Amino acid sequence: MLKAVLKKILNLIPTLLGVSVLAFLLIRLVPGDPIMLLLGERGADPQMYAEMKRTMGLDRSLLHQYFTFLSNVLRGDFGYSIVSKRPVLTEFLDRFPATLELGIMAMTFAITLGIPFGIIAAVKRNTIFDYSLMGAGLVGYSMPIFWWGLMLIIVFSVKLGWTPVSGRIDVLYEIERHTGLLLIDSWMSPDGGFAAFKSALSHLILPALAMGTIPLAVVARMTRSSMLEVLGEDYIRTARAKGLPYVRVVIVHALRNAMVPIITILGLLFGSIITGAILTEMIFSWPGIGKWIVFSINARDYPVIQGGVVMIASLVILTNTIVDVLYLWANPRMRQ
Amino acid sequence: MLLDVQNLTITFDTKYGPLTAVRDLSFSLKMGETLGVVGESGCGKSITNLAIMGLLPTQAKISATRLAFEGNDLVSMSERQWQRLRGKDIAMIFQDPMSALNPCYTVGHQLVETLLVHRDFSKKEAWSESLNLMEQVGIPAPSERLKAYPHELSGGMAQRVMIAMAISSNPKLLIADEPTTALDVTIQDQILRLLKDLQEKRQMSLMLVTHDLGVVAQNTDRIQVMYAGEVVESGLTQEVIHHPTHPYTSGLLAGHPTAEVSTKGKARLPSIPGMVPDLRHRPQGCQFHPRCSYAQDKCRREMPSDAGPTRCFYPLSNGRPA
Repeated sequence: MLKAVLKKILNLIPTLLGVSVLAFLLIRLVPGDPIMLLLGERGADPQMYAEMKRTMGLDRSLLHQYFTFLSNVLRGDFGYSIVSKRPVLTEFLDRFPATLELGIMAMTFAITLGIPFGIIAAVKRNTIFDYSLMGAGLVGYSMPIFWWGLMLIIVFSVKLGWTPVSGRIDVLYEIERHTGLLLIDSWMSPDGGFAAFKSALSHLILPALAMGTIPLAVVARMTRSSMLEVLGEDYIRTARAKGLPYVRVVIVHALRNAMVPIITILGLLFGSIITGAILTEMIFSWPGIGKWIVFSINARDYPVIQGGVVMIASLVILTNTIVDVLYLWANPRMRQ
Repeated sequence: MLLDVQNLTITFDTKYGPLTAVRDLSFSLKMGETLGVVGESGCGKSITNLAIMGLLPTQAKISATRLAFEGNDLVSMSERQWQRLRGKDIAMIFQDPMSALNPCYTVGHQLVETLLVHRDFSKKEAWSESLNLMEQVGIPAPSERLKAYPHELSGGMAQRVMIAMAISSNPKLLIADEPTTALDVTIQDQILRLLKDLQEKRQMSLMLVTHDLGVVAQNTDRIQVMYAGEVVESGLTQEVIHHPTHPYTSGLLAGHPTAEVSTKGKARLPSIPGMVPDLRHRPQGCQFHPRCSYAQDKCRREMPSDAGPTRCFYPLSNGRPA
């Protein structure tokens, strides 16, 4: 088991190198001259242009540039944002916890509801439960996030007034940053406590709901089909023939086996959270990396895009590795 | 009487109409007795087993004038009562031991789990009882095997584990559904001997279900031959094997390789022509008549009763029609 995990971790190295190559080349394949963009009209001055080119290292060969980039990245130096003049890494770390908190909440919502829904639909297949759950799942899956997010805002924020429209927490609260996750930090701040936590939670619920709906539908449908397949297996008959209570047969014997494809799907969903984050964060003005990336692309902030791509891709790869390890847990046959 | 089955009929509702998988089946089993159930695939053997275990799918409709285990009616039993019976008084092992064990859990986990459901054990006691059971079914290095996953075992080992699980609660009846079909020939014999051994030692009843007459010949007291969901012949094993009276039994026996046939080289084994009928469109009269070389007009019109030892109008004697 440990050996297999180590192997997975070693496998990370070539993948991450590949990501760095892509991020590096991508920016250089895009039409447009970064120096001209930086200097604007002053770029017409050849001396200034050459000076800039040298300071940015763009006069060197591509290979040289790549290794400079790589060694900088390895030392945690992703360059500086053209817009804010702050280090890209700092910018990223400032915003990442907001996205992380939103993503965790959305996935928690998808998993804690999706898996039980899928199990119920499978056990009660071809009944009214099954049809209504899977019908709702199809609707949820087909809903565009931006529309669904706006609908949630109209109903719960505007009409009912239950939740705030945007942001992460009421401006009243001055929250000290410890983890960056407001649900935790709100408790730790002298200014915080339950009221601050409640405010953070009420800000979080709608975006998490909007972002988690598609994963919820995917998880529920995947759980159902996976459970249906497993429930027909011989070892389920064995478990029942042993006299185990049906609930135990379903949860202990069937679900554990059904988890293998569900975990695979969860890995893919975690990867796609960034996509969801871009839309959700725009709608709810959530100060996370989705909104940051959109803003940077609009501003042609190349170092941010380049660094952001590397960091986001690394995160996706990392979650996939975690999923692979979970996969080993779920499926003993994979451990050799 | 340990198990008493009278006029058991099992029907499935299918898209194409009702399918009678088992029709008017009657048999019984005494304590400590070994019964062989023989027939081709699709003749209702496994469905009958599942009915006795209460594991029929929900689409199955079951009716019987009597279906009782130790005098308790099985048809009216609640799921909770079934759970107390399954794995405790009636245990079952299956055809393919590799797929019958849960691939996600160790052998020990699955054995201990069974023990904890039916017997008043602590986890520690259950573990040591598991070791004991593994030894009883002849598994070498049992403490290591308990920590193994099913995919790390051979087919024969896995079937031994299944047997250990089945006997863990001292069942009164063990149903073995094609227990050796998926195994190598050399292993088959070991498993059968183990089953026979355990049956004698523990004085449990054994229902050995198989399509292989050779398997039942040496290991059972009584035999019943099934065809299209009905019993066509039953009796003492040696009697039926040596003097079959139903043409189907006779055909099955003729299709069984013997030393004599195999040394003749070119000679082909005789086989029964045709196939088991589609149970949605049963033939009129005797169910076997389309495949029977001795069939007469009466066989095509009327259904023979199962009152006697053989369900045939013209029973054979010495392999020929009387």
